[in-house]
Amino acid sequence: MAHAHGNAPSPSESMEAFLNGLWKQNPVFVQVLGMCPTLAVTNSARNAAAMGLATIFVLVCSNTLISLVRKLVQKQVRIATYILIIATFVTMVDYIIKAVSVDVYKALGPFIALIVVNCIILGRAEAFASKNSVGKSILDGLGMGLGFAIALFCLGGVREILGAGTLFGVSLFGPNFQPWVLFLLPSGGFFTLAGWLLIFTWWKERKKRMAEAQQ
Amino acid sequence: MNESSLGAIFLDSLLINNFVLSVFLGICPFIGVSNKFETAWRMGVSVIFVILVSSVLAFGTNLLLINFHAEYLRIITYIVIIASTVQLVEMFIKKTSPALFRALGIYLPLITTNCAVLGVALFQTARNYSFAQSVVFALGSSMGFTLALVIMAIIRERLELSDIPGTAKGTALVLMIAGTLSLAFMGFAGMGGGG
Repeated sequence: MAHAHGNAPSPSESMEAFLNGLWKQNPVFVQVLGMCPTLAVTNSARNAAAMGLATIFVLVCSNTLISLVRKLVQKQVRIATYILIIATFVTMVDYIIKAVSVDVYKALGPFIALIVVNCIILGRAEAFASKNSVGKSILDGLGMGLGFAIALFCLGGVREILGAGTLFGVSLFGPNFQPWVLFLLPSGGFFTLAGWLLIFTWWKERKKRMAEAQQ
Repeated sequence: MNESSLGAIFLDSLLINNFVLSVFLGICPFIGVSNKFETAWRMGVSVIFVILVSSVLAFGTNLLLINFHAEYLRIITYIVIIASTVQLVEMFIKKTSPALFRALGIYLPLITTNCAVLGVALFQTARNYSFAQSVVFALGSSMGFTLALVIMAIIRERLELSDIPGTAKGTALVLMIAGTLSLAFMGFAGMGGGG
């Protein structure tokens, strides 16, 4: 993480593509993309995990296919092509989730279909998969998807622990815990994400200050 | 909740279940375009128009899809409808008002990936709204989006000159304001016949 951005040759470019999305360019905490699902489905850790998995699947599949056809697609119609490819995979996920767990399907509702308009996916298609080899695009999709899923889990976990006193439905604090219901409500989503962003900004600024002090 | 009456649907989508503040749709433009009142207002008006047109088209297409038993094509057709509506609106604005076209700039094509637009189309299908209900729902939710966007823009214009700790500047601040606004909008929950 300490090496200079872009100057020093990294040990392995593929690893770089993977780690980039996981941390340095984390879609939620650094790029602030894909806010709608991030806030809407994170009222419990289970929903957050399901949404994270669905997004990883769509992201990896669409990155793979877009990278495969990148030389065939005309420049003018590329966005439309990408959206159609993404919509196809989202339809698949929609039906898979319905088949696997009706509970999760009901909890996530239209937000599964709304993965189509998740800017992270179209963003990666345009910024990475349309310019890079299949292998690297898959790794990029995995990294970005995992980064997104981790961010969702950070939010969902905090909201479930504070708002209901449970994690994945398991009670953490015993029967005397007074749940902080605010965190399950929509405003809790905004506040939790704001809190995480504050922590990350504070940490980054602190690192910068320490680097300056060393010089 | 009384879903059948048109007035209840309108109130519900405009205030009680405001798209931005309680259903979390259209957060990206809400954060991105809300730093100036002028742009926020114009963006809001174009979104109202796009949502209305695409909602009507989506309603018709859905009937067609059900007729041919091709519901699995729903997501794909909806996104194509929205993309073409946005394109139409773009051409229309470019012809009639080049000044507005320049002012909106990049935000206009970005309406395609505004999840509120697809959200309206998907919700009206999922809830089996009739045609009149769909139109009222589209009107209410798009106006709710614009309302939230404009309120946020006004607050942010006011905050521009105030002394905010550097760590909280930017997105974190917007999210905190949004959380507070969302709390305030919860006050509407009792309206419209004991929601």
